[in-house]
Amino acid sequence: MKKVGGRLLLLALVVVLSVIFFIPSYQPLYQGLPAWVKQVMPNKGITLGLDLQGGIHLVMEVDEDRAVEIAVDRSVVSLQDVLLDKKIPVESVARTGPTQITIQFQNGELKAQIQKMIDDYPIFSETESAGSANKLVWELREAEGKRIKDSAINQALETIRNRIDQFGVAEPIVLRQGLKQIVVQLPGVKEPKRARDLIKETALLEFKMLDEDNQAKFDLPARIPKDKEADVLKQVEGKLPEGDQILFERGVDKDTGREYRIPYLVKKRVMLTGDVLNDAKVSIGQFNDPYVSITFDGKGGREFERITGDNIKKRMAVVLDNTIYSAPVIQDRITGGHAQITGNFSMQEANDLAIVLRAGALPAPLKIIQDLTVGPSLGKDSIEKGIQATLFAGAMVVIFMIVYYRLSGVIADFALMLNLLCLIGALSALNATLTLPGIAGIVLTIGMGVDSNVLIFERIREELRLGKAVRLAVDGGYDKALLTIVDSHVTTLITGVALFLFGTGPIKGFAVTLCLGIGINLFTALIGTKVIFDLLNQRHKVGQLSI
Amino acid sequence: MLEILGKTSIDFMGKRRWAFLFSGIMVLLGIIALIQIGRGAANLGIDFSGGTAVQLKFDQPIRIDEARKVLEANGLGNAELQEFGQDNKLLIRLKASTTIEEKIADRVVAVFTKEFSSNHFVVDSSTEIGPTIGSKLQEDALIAIVISFAGIILYVAARFELRFGIAAALATFHDVLAVLGAFYLLDKEITLLVVTALLTLAGYSMTDTVVVFDRIRENLRMRRRETEETIINNAVNQVLSRTIVTSLTVVLVLIPLTLAGGEVLHDFSLALLGGVIFGTYSSIFVASPLLLLWPGASGRMLKGS
Repeated sequence: MKKVGGRLLLLALVVVLSVIFFIPSYQPLYQGLPAWVKQVMPNKGITLGLDLQGGIHLVMEVDEDRAVEIAVDRSVVSLQDVLLDKKIPVESVARTGPTQITIQFQNGELKAQIQKMIDDYPIFSETESAGSANKLVWELREAEGKRIKDSAINQALETIRNRIDQFGVAEPIVLRQGLKQIVVQLPGVKEPKRARDLIKETALLEFKMLDEDNQAKFDLPARIPKDKEADVLKQVEGKLPEGDQILFERGVDKDTGREYRIPYLVKKRVMLTGDVLNDAKVSIGQFNDPYVSITFDGKGGREFERITGDNIKKRMAVVLDNTIYSAPVIQDRITGGHAQITGNFSMQEANDLAIVLRAGALPAPLKIIQDLTVGPSLGKDSIEKGIQATLFAGAMVVIFMIVYYRLSGVIADFALMLNLLCLIGALSALNATLTLPGIAGIVLTIGMGVDSNVLIFERIREELRLGKAVRLAVDGGYDKALLTIVDSHVTTLITGVALFLFGTGPIKGFAVTLCLGIGINLFTALIGTKVIFDLLNQRHKVGQLSI
Repeated sequence: MLEILGKTSIDFMGKRRWAFLFSGIMVLLGIIALIQIGRGAANLGIDFSGGTAVQLKFDQPIRIDEARKVLEANGLGNAELQEFGQDNKLLIRLKASTTIEEKIADRVVAVFTKEFSSNHFVVDSSTEIGPTIGSKLQEDALIAIVISFAGIILYVAARFELRFGIAAALATFHDVLAVLGAFYLLDKEITLLVVTALLTLAGYSMTDTVVVFDRIRENLRMRRRETEETIINNAVNQVLSRTIVTSLTVVLVLIPLTLAGGEVLHDFSLALLGGVIFGTYSSIFVASPLLLLWPGASGRMLKGS
């Protein structure tokens, strides 16, 4: 028999730690603590999931018409590129209605040539109204419009799911409601505004060239306060060169901390979009300023290399949702498919930007049309009933163990409590979100905990039947049960780890409690109860074991 | 000492033909259920199938349990209810979608108008809703399950022998399919909670099987003169009291949950209850006899003796 002192100390330490971590999960107790205690204590605990506690309920609407316009705009840009490449001189290519493109040209002989190009844009059809010799009007086919709208909402759904996943909100509900609405429910989010912004941001990343040749013609102010953008736009209204627009760079004054805007004349043509991103992550610059470094995919990387190679010494704007984040001068051809987005970010802003860039852009802006606090999705009444039934069931097990195994049953019950305490402590320490699937994981590990004790006790009984002395029987029982317990736990742990690594949502919630519970089980079954048996043996030299 | 069972020597292996027949039927049922789920023809919960959401705003606070009772009395028992903190709002999600004859939302409104005549309400919104479990989540879950099975087979094969790994995985699969099949037969709704229960029972069944296997392995090492069939029979008998006590304890937990845990927990607990019964049965009557099916196993002595 080994010494018990060290193991007892370990046991006590685990209990104390569990209690300390658990306290913030129980707000009435936590709030009652003196301020100085709160300062040194962990301040976050378990969050209860949507099914158990509720959270925020957002109903959003996808601006479908805008999605169609964006798709048409994209065709306009692509058509402009092709015309430029083929050196076909046209006067203008523009979207002239929600679903209409008008192409104007001086030279009427070009008409047949341009007319043929519609073959490459099968989502459009030529309208008859274009009787003029110098004009062509393309109209988006109705079926295509419908398809774009439908895919816009599905894409928005997936994008929002991705973003929330990466934001680290456990087990949200994201679903499509009706034809163009999306419902999002988030459990007990600590920063609801940040979560909302993260969901809503369109996150359309574009690279555009500044029109430096023409910028001088306009007497653009160097720096304007935030919210004064409209004044600048009014000043230049109607005077902008064809294919140009004014966009604003955002900045923060280091001294006053106030936000300002810098207007730039930018070519409308989109050189590259965020579609070609592979990854986006936060990095820290040399002055401790966070920025987002992005990696293009193969095609995007080659394209980026070509664009930067063609535009050395010119300025390129990094535009996100029509705001310029930075407009650096291209020093050299950029190979390797990496780029940076800088722009006076706080750490949190940089983090959120990386998330939305990774998750992809929304196909169209979203409008929040309902924003409510919602109760538990399982219904308050069911939860109350469930808690009562669980307490009753727990009591039954405790009593059963004592009736069947007597004093040893008490020890097993102690192990059970220890198990629960440690598990709740560990979940609190991880700031986990507890949902019903998570509780199912706890139930399973508690079942396994009981099983471990039953295994050990049955083995001890077998040893006793063979006529062994109590101390030898206890040691023998533990030794023989050890391998079984380890094997059964490791097998279940493998399931748990696989579910944790590859599962999402509720599957993951289940896996987290399962994995933690199994680890804790091994500890309580092999060390927790053994040390008590040893203690009993040491103190009393028991001749008979109550088992 | 209090004992449920004394020393037993039941010939479990001798009954394996009957067990295989019964299990075969259950597995077949489970496979049919799986196919029906895949085709979308099974009774899938709102999490998977989508349905209708009706949001009502009442003048006075409404008790969610009363609302549930009233819906159930009018044949809308599988509604999911959720209340909003402010404004006495109630969100009712129903699986059934609108048919040509009747709009399901109208039926909900009619029920509340009739039963809560003193508490006036307006319909905030009433729309079709999509499933909360996206296809990606389903795919992820499937991948996770396949990988965990592979992991289990590998681990058990490494710790025991390959046939133990395969038998354990098959037995676990059997239990999940059997419960799924039973639910399909009873026309129970397959909700997210039921799926969670299936995962939980897979874990339980696995543990149970490994415990029995462990004893078989131990006996295989010690008693080299007997046939494997006898050794396995003895091992199962030796762990029988443990098997019964553990299963009984878990059943003890699940019966109150099934009977009094409320409508929402009922199916979840029922699936777990089925899982414990099948899990216990399968570790004795499926997993262990499967070991004997391995080519040449039933009559042979242990290698290396």
